[in-house]
Amino acid sequence: MNKRPFLALFVTPAVLAALASAAALAAILQYAFRAYVPGSLDPGGFSLSNFEALLRPLYAQVFVQTVWICLLTAFITLVVAYPLAFALVRTRNVALKSFLLITAVTPLFLGEVVRTYSWIIVLGNTGFINSILMGLGLVERPVQMMFTTFGVVVALVHVTLPVMVIMLAAALSHIDVDYEKAATSLGAGPVKAFLTVTLPLSMPGVVAGVSTAFAWTFSAFATPQMIGGGRVSMISTLVYQLGFASFNFPFAAALSITGIALTFAVLAMAKQAIRPLEKIGAH
Amino acid sequence: MRRRLIPARIGERILKVAGWSVVALIVAFIILPAVVVAISAFNDRAILTFPPQSWSLRWFRRAFTYRDFAVGFQNGLIITAFASSIALVVGAGFAFAIDRYSFRGKRALEAMLTSPLVIPHFTIGLGFLILAAQVHATRTFALVIVCHVVLVLPFVMRSVYVSLRNLDGRLELAAASLGARPGMALWTVTLPLLIPGLFSGWLFAAILSFNEFTASLFVTAQATQTLPVAMYNYVREYADPTLAALSVIYIVVTAGLLTLANQFLGLGKVLNVEHAR
Repeated sequence: MNKRPFLALFVTPAVLAALASAAALAAILQYAFRAYVPGSLDPGGFSLSNFEALLRPLYAQVFVQTVWICLLTAFITLVVAYPLAFALVRTRNVALKSFLLITAVTPLFLGEVVRTYSWIIVLGNTGFINSILMGLGLVERPVQMMFTTFGVVVALVHVTLPVMVIMLAAALSHIDVDYEKAATSLGAGPVKAFLTVTLPLSMPGVVAGVSTAFAWTFSAFATPQMIGGGRVSMISTLVYQLGFASFNFPFAAALSITGIALTFAVLAMAKQAIRPLEKIGAH
Repeated sequence: MRRRLIPARIGERILKVAGWSVVALIVAFIILPAVVVAISAFNDRAILTFPPQSWSLRWFRRAFTYRDFAVGFQNGLIITAFASSIALVVGAGFAFAIDRYSFRGKRALEAMLTSPLVIPHFTIGLGFLILAAQVHATRTFALVIVCHVVLVLPFVMRSVYVSLRNLDGRLELAAASLGARPGMALWTVTLPLLIPGLFSGWLFAAILSFNEFTASLFVTAQATQTLPVAMYNYVREYADPTLAALSVIYIVVTAGLLTLANQFLGLGKVLNVEHAR
């Protein structure tokens, strides 16, 4: 008897889908090594000039700024997401659990445009926060939050939060509460039990969450584009600008390739960091 | 043992109150933009101000009658219907294959198909745009659909894979011992048991595809633009609260769908944040 019935039937569509992704990535890779012909949509011959251009201060600066924004967002998101994930996993009230879960997850499915637009109304000069501040007489002139790194990071934290909550909650839900109880019965207060038992055990989730948040922030486009308004540039906005304003697809491709390399490097480092941590948590 | 400054029980209570206050603040941070958008959607004036001086429903009317939104909505439905259904067939089949069989290239194939989780959407969008240009194809629905299938596939695979893991394998063995051939057991036992997982996978894919923006901005043309792309173009042209009205509809429908999904399928299990028992 055939031990693997229908294998081909199940795998062939997946192979086709994988080929489609591979073809798209190959297309980018190929364009990255072609010369840009101004005024033409077709690229020129083989060239390394795109990667040389990356080293120019103008573009190198965008890289540095992108990495900075991603790191900042990932760590702030971690601090904001942890208590929520903890409450979500530990509460025994079913209705509250559902409420927290829906609240945490809904933004994930709303898409970047709706969420970013909401933040424009919150952060704008005639927006929610400035109206309150000026209404209370705390400031005379609106505080500039649009088109600033601060505004972009606040909105990005909001965009990245659901993923972080899901990853942390997944890690926390796999920790046996008995470990904490054991610590408490040995005389540790709740704070000490958390710091010495639960927190270390959740570290694999923390590292996974931070690295995923980094990748998501790196991928964000609508938020830096709409809130940064051209004054806060990230790789994503630069790629779009190069593609659709100057039709320099070869350089856009080179930027994208470098971006993927950067993301994979960060994820690989995170994987290395998780390895010793998982040994602590193994049971 | 050290003596405590405050009795343990009161200390614990303070900690609990402090903890829940923090959680309440975080929930407020998550909900704040939605509330602000909802208020400004009913603002009568064309300029966004707080608090609104007078109220009206005119921006909802405009959201429903603005042509690009209607076209974007229709395009989105077409693209979503195809993309999520194709992704369901591809993803469910592959999740089954990963769960049950070992075959050559399994890991590589899995890595390739889950890579859109870490590869930026603008990169995937750019890739498909260049690919289309290379084969001299125009930006048709087919291009957008293929791009969306690739993007939502990891979510479908995950959803189906989780429900496969939670399946009781003995039921299939029982069917086989009663004389059912593999195909028969699959069709009459496994598939019906998988329906919640398949449905939630399809639903996630549909919501994600309908709302996908960044890659869509690259691969859609004027004729194929989806709702989020139309919304983005609107913000660049107008500053009135029409988009706020549309956002309110979006938020209500999405939260409703997710509550429904949670009710019937257990969102926590699908997202792996609680254990299936």
